[in-house]
Amino acid sequence: MNGVMPSTVLRAEQLKAFYILDAFGTEKIVKAVNGVSVQIRENEVYGIAGESGCGKTTLLKALYSAIEPPLRLMGGRVFYVRDGEEIDVYSLSKEEKRRLRWEYISYVPQGSMSVLNPVKKLKDSYSDFLESHVAGKTRRDTLAIARRHLHELGLPPKVLDAYPHQLSGGMRQRVTIALAALLGPRIMIADEPTTALDVVVQRGVIQLFKSIQESLKNTIVLVTHDMGVHANVADRIGIMYAGVMIEESTVERVFEEPLHPYTQYLINSLPKFGDKSVRESAPGSPPSLANLPSGCPFHPRCPHAMDVCLQEMPEVVDVGENHRVACWLVEGGGDGRAA
Amino acid sequence: MRVLRDLLRDYRFAVSFTVLCLLLIMAILSAFSPYDPTFWWHAARDLRPSWTHFLGTSAKGQDIFWQATYAVRNSLIISVIAGTVSRVIAVLVGMVAGYRGRLTDRVLMFISDSFLVMPLFLIIVLLAMLVRERMNLVNLGLLLAFFGWAWDARVIRSQILSLREREFTLTAVLSGTKTMKLVMKEYLPFAAPLIFSTLINNMAWAIGMEITLAILGLSNMDIPTLGTMLQWAISYQALLLGQWWWLLTPVVLAIFLFIALYWLSVSISEYLDPRTRIQRVGAK
Amino acid sequence: MDALLEIRNLRKDFAFGSLLSRLRITAVDDVSFDVMPAEIFALAGESGCGKTTTARLILGFEEPTSGSIRHKGDENGRPKKREKVWFTQGVQAIFQNPFETFNPLRRVERYLFETVRNYGLTKNGTKADKLIDEMLKAVGLRLEEVSGRYPSEFSGGQLQRISIARSLLTNPSLLIADEPVSMVDASIRMSIVNLFRQLRDELGVSVIYITHDLATAYYVCDRIAIMFRGHVVEMGGVENVLMAPKHPYTKLLRESIPEADPKKRWKESVSLTDIEHEEYLRKGCRFAGRCPKVMDVCRENVPPEFTVDGVLVKCFLYDEELMTQTKRSEVPDDAE
Repeated sequence: MNGVMPSTVLRAEQLKAFYILDAFGTEKIVKAVNGVSVQIRENEVYGIAGESGCGKTTLLKALYSAIEPPLRLMGGRVFYVRDGEEIDVYSLSKEEKRRLRWEYISYVPQGSMSVLNPVKKLKDSYSDFLESHVAGKTRRDTLAIARRHLHELGLPPKVLDAYPHQLSGGMRQRVTIALAALLGPRIMIADEPTTALDVVVQRGVIQLFKSIQESLKNTIVLVTHDMGVHANVADRIGIMYAGVMIEESTVERVFEEPLHPYTQYLINSLPKFGDKSVRESAPGSPPSLANLPSGCPFHPRCPHAMDVCLQEMPEVVDVGENHRVACWLVEGGGDGRAA
Repeated sequence: MRVLRDLLRDYRFAVSFTVLCLLLIMAILSAFSPYDPTFWWHAARDLRPSWTHFLGTSAKGQDIFWQATYAVRNSLIISVIAGTVSRVIAVLVGMVAGYRGRLTDRVLMFISDSFLVMPLFLIIVLLAMLVRERMNLVNLGLLLAFFGWAWDARVIRSQILSLREREFTLTAVLSGTKTMKLVMKEYLPFAAPLIFSTLINNMAWAIGMEITLAILGLSNMDIPTLGTMLQWAISYQALLLGQWWWLLTPVVLAIFLFIALYWLSVSISEYLDPRTRIQRVGAK
Repeated sequence: MDALLEIRNLRKDFAFGSLLSRLRITAVDDVSFDVMPAEIFALAGESGCGKTTTARLILGFEEPTSGSIRHKGDENGRPKKREKVWFTQGVQAIFQNPFETFNPLRRVERYLFETVRNYGLTKNGTKADKLIDEMLKAVGLRLEEVSGRYPSEFSGGQLQRISIARSLLTNPSLLIADEPVSMVDASIRMSIVNLFRQLRDELGVSVIYITHDLATAYYVCDRIAIMFRGHVVEMGGVENVLMAPKHPYTKLLRESIPEADPKKRWKESVSLTDIEHEEYLRKGCRFAGRCPKVMDVCRENVPPEFTVDGVLVKCFLYDEELMTQTKRSEVPDDAE
């Protein structure tokens, strides 16, 4: 991470994205992203944590501007910072967006098979990819680039001669990540890259992200519900709950001094080796995004809920030391301990 | 009923439901017919449609409207018998084969496939010729049912095969549920749209077969059905003589019936589709 | 027999392919373990290790190729038709996906009532209501909350609780839980895991807890067996096995778990092989292809079990005779 003033590379302002569904006459509005503002910096690994149904995948889609019906952008803006200039992503034309993709920002979705063409050998997928983004290269050149790239990342170049289904899930995932990093994008977004993978393979995937980040010195935005993965690879973490970013800080502070009651429950409930003492979960369960409670979405489960929590959504407060929280318990500025 | 209200939102269901209701009313009206359908010459022949005879009369001296009520009634009876009996066979065969698997499955599918491979049409024609004299509504329905179950048995079986692998089957087994009850309670709701739409399709097929047999002269011509009406009209050269009222009545009724049955089947099976049902369950 | 469940030399082969090229994979190979009353026993390993197949064999959903499975009270060896083991031996199961556990087109409470009726727990309708209500209360729910609702109206955690309640109705002595919380939200996972502890402490129920999540296994289980490609490679008390792993695979597994503590980040890289199915077909120890301490004997023979500090390890490194021989015949190497 940069020691000097870290500069922003991706910024979202009051982002709102809802799913508008219509089933047999009843309309359902799923508020997946409900007012999220975030600033992601250069040369960092930013983790987005939260459980299923909290809106983190939708947030990624919104940041990548991959919004399609029934998902609709209801408000807010997203900016990419390129060469010192801010680009409002949602004001770009399709062609301009296409040129940004993979070269400036790339997206690794959940499930690698949706990126790789199942009927083509990997070397063809890689070559096609390179050819559509970099002009004037022969097939041999692109193949050489692909081989070198894989070698640098510690992957066996012989996988290029295989079809995707011939590789194991873990290897496929790593190959897809390598493909996403091929053009040296400044931002890489990955959605649950380690879910459904075995522990040892998961470690390989995380190591791959680390080595990509170290060599390209770019930004990686990693979404996963697995806090252990965040602990191992993230520099800063943002915790999402019911469509809102409720806490954001450096990884050390999130694990050692969580301020939001939800984060506190989350951290305290993680099992640790060497410690068999009883761990408790948060009571109740996360709300449905189609039927959010009033005010702060966590108040039905929060042991410290106050009247204001039921009425108004708390604003994000910066308590210093790179730590932001959205909770009425936290007064602005200073130490930020609960009253 | 809430279900009816939901269904009526679909224009296809609304139209087909109305048409079928009208046809059903026609069929019921046959009980009030002033004329016995088997008698000839109860009216003057070849009359055009008028207020006394809504659809005119035929060359046999029969009021076409009241004949048609009987025709609709009888065709519906044949198709309902054919459809339901063949469903029962298809469901039993498909479910037992799908759930039991192994030898039972192979034997049942062998039998089913044999029915598929046989030249059904020729066999039905042959049988119809043999029993022509004793052919009545019920017999014809049963004959058609006997040949109409094979395809759907296989379809139901494949659905059961996939349902068998789902975890709730294990839950039901662990809850102590025995095979037959399990298949009925757990799988039938999934198979319902399939069974229903194949029922309707089968009914439409039965009507079509009935008309075909009649035109080939293989039906009992004394029983008025859509097919026999059409056959009488053809054999009395209604087309040449310009007696459009006699010829068109069975044709138009049959077309309405087919379209109505088709739309009914499509709209109801969409409604019953487990995927949309699950959505509706939560939405309320 | 003291043990609730006694498994000896269990083996299950699966054959793939057509008549021309049959591939035989041994999903469960020479597995033996006991489950005692009122204990939570973990069967842990990565995907493809055979833990789920072992569970299916215990439940009787599959027939073993060889070996024996004996339940307490089953003194004469396995009865021929094993599919009713939940009736006769008080064994029930809970599955991984709470949304698939129940038929999405049926009301959830039907399963509870059917269990009561099929097992003849009570004929009286009011008594049945009461029994079910009590069981639901024991897992943190109430009959009136559950009544009349379909699976899609519940969260994963709630469904899993209902599944546990259903399985407890028959008063089982053994519960087989296959990845019970892997699909449950992280914020409520612990409450369900704690339920298992409660079942053991208050009702004396034993649980076979199948998982790939070693951190949760450490938290909730008493003993653990680590499986790799069909073999049990290490087995013993969870404190011993997970805090001081002996088998090289257990060590690799333990090290690769991302711990929820930023201070404990990985320092070294791991290298991955891509020859999964080849590992199944190996002659000797299945881990030989990846083991940092592999020896020639490992490639030729499957290691027998050795007992070290109360832990069972299937690894030649713990064969005292072999190790002393090797040490004598080799130039002294770096200390292990």
